[in-house]
Amino acid sequence: MTSANDLTTKLEAVDARRRWLLASPALLTIFLAAIGPLFIVLAYSFLTPGDYGDVKWQFSPDAWIGVFFERDIFDDTLSLATAHVDIFWRSVKLALITTVATLFFGFPTAYFMATRNERSRDLWQFLITIPFWTNLLIRTLAILQIIRNEGILNTALIKLGMIQEPIQILFTDTAILIGMVYVYLPLMVLPIYASLERLDFRLVEAGYDLYATRWRVLRKIILPLAKPGIIAGSILVFIPAIGAFVSPSVLGGGKNMMFSNLIELQFGQGRNWPLGSALSITVMIIVMAALLVYARNNSAKDERHA
Amino acid sequence: MRKGFSVRHQPGFTAIAIACFALLYLPVVTLVVYAFNSAPSVAAWGGFSLHWFEVALTNSDVIDASVRSFQIATVAATLATVFATMAALATTRTRRYRGQTFIYAFINQPLMVPEIVTAVALLIIVAQLKAVTGYSGLGYLIAAHTAFCIPFAYLPIRARLENMDLSLERAAADLYAKPLYTFRRVTLPLLWPGILGAFMLAFVLSLDDVVITEFVKSGGQDTLPTYMLGQIRRGITPEMNAISTAFLLLSVVIVTLFFVVSRKRT
Repeated sequence: MTSANDLTTKLEAVDARRRWLLASPALLTIFLAAIGPLFIVLAYSFLTPGDYGDVKWQFSPDAWIGVFFERDIFDDTLSLATAHVDIFWRSVKLALITTVATLFFGFPTAYFMATRNERSRDLWQFLITIPFWTNLLIRTLAILQIIRNEGILNTALIKLGMIQEPIQILFTDTAILIGMVYVYLPLMVLPIYASLERLDFRLVEAGYDLYATRWRVLRKIILPLAKPGIIAGSILVFIPAIGAFVSPSVLGGGKNMMFSNLIELQFGQGRNWPLGSALSITVMIIVMAALLVYARNNSAKDERHA
Repeated sequence: MRKGFSVRHQPGFTAIAIACFALLYLPVVTLVVYAFNSAPSVAAWGGFSLHWFEVALTNSDVIDASVRSFQIATVAATLATVFATMAALATTRTRRYRGQTFIYAFINQPLMVPEIVTAVALLIIVAQLKAVTGYSGLGYLIAAHTAFCIPFAYLPIRARLENMDLSLERAAADLYAKPLYTFRRVTLPLLWPGILGAFMLAFVLSLDDVVITEFVKSGGQDTLPTYMLGQIRRGITPEMNAISTAFLLLSVVIVTLFFVVSRKRT
């Protein structure tokens, strides 16, 4: 006997199956060309390097040891791979500073945009979207030409008599940092703007009515309400910054490597694919740890409010 | 009472914002100006000239790389948009069903992985596939680009679907329209701006990509950005500024179109 209830369940099952089918081309493409390959990287990190790149199918933990340690060629003792530790530290440090700096500049910018009237808001949004859509390499090239020794910045400072010799910015960590803040700023502004755009300014008014100072209103009312945007922006900036490839390659020169340059080296001249794979997984772990901390923080705060 | 007290004002914010916008545009504007420099170096100004555009246009490497970029972007953006539209239809306007969150997380996964990791992963896979199949064409690049474009194409379409109300489609069904007919005559026209916006976003993302292309490409498969990266690493020439300027112009045109399309109310 089929009751109406059974029929609904059956129809729902048919509908769900149809929906899975509809989503399958997207899922399959992402599995084949984005998620699946990650498992192969994991497998490769436990294999032996081949003589001319690629791998020999022989288990070896050497790649993972090589992420942090160096083996002495003469007596096989392990010591901390200071070159690697330097690069990890530089990557994490630069990615964190980039996130904080884009937040520092991006929040006021987003707030400014959100407090314009509706017509000019469109214009400002358009102005921040253009850099977001323009090629990252071109924007990095633009920054390169500003900060190099013969660039506009140094020329102007010399003409103004503030310095005698050009300041060497290019090929330093500062150059990478300037480049990353420049290219990732729109990624911070857009999500914060999205959350501030919906901000109910009656709450702000209420704050002032209760004699709160500007600073207190900002800290106790505006910032908490903008928090989802701030978190989204920070994630959107931190993830590409820690794996940044273009900025350190173009602005850092050969010496100031970040994670991605070290990884590229292993797949190129280094011919050590397992080490490159292990390094890639290490970046993934750092990113996932950062995401987890955010998720944890968020749910804990939500519970306290509820 | 103080005059002109605005609840919206925060001290210093406007100054920082204006400075940010100025600093965002200043380097790019400088680059564009120097593209019209006749001097053979990028350091000094030698008068207005289109010389470097001419050099770029007669450079067969630049032309080849541009054509390749366009081929890849057209195919990858089309595939990504079609797949993303299907996936968006599958995950919106329904009661929660088993696996819906999974589909959502799966599609957004490429956003959560640093590009360099995906690039390396694809490098390994493509090396294996090349050895096994002997095929080394543009297919690998197209597949890789399609995959990273899907999440970006999915989001605007999904947003549009979620704001779309079901009553028109229900009305069509009440009038005995077949599902496919309803989709073609009701859903699709309403969804069209979202789909077009998604396509443009995917197209630009594919056109701009450096990292994944750099690792996946075979010899002689440079796209415009990877060609430029190779040149810049060797030292910058004014020709790079000319190419960049043309590229920028294209991006601005596409963003403007995107804005016009996404503002359109249906």
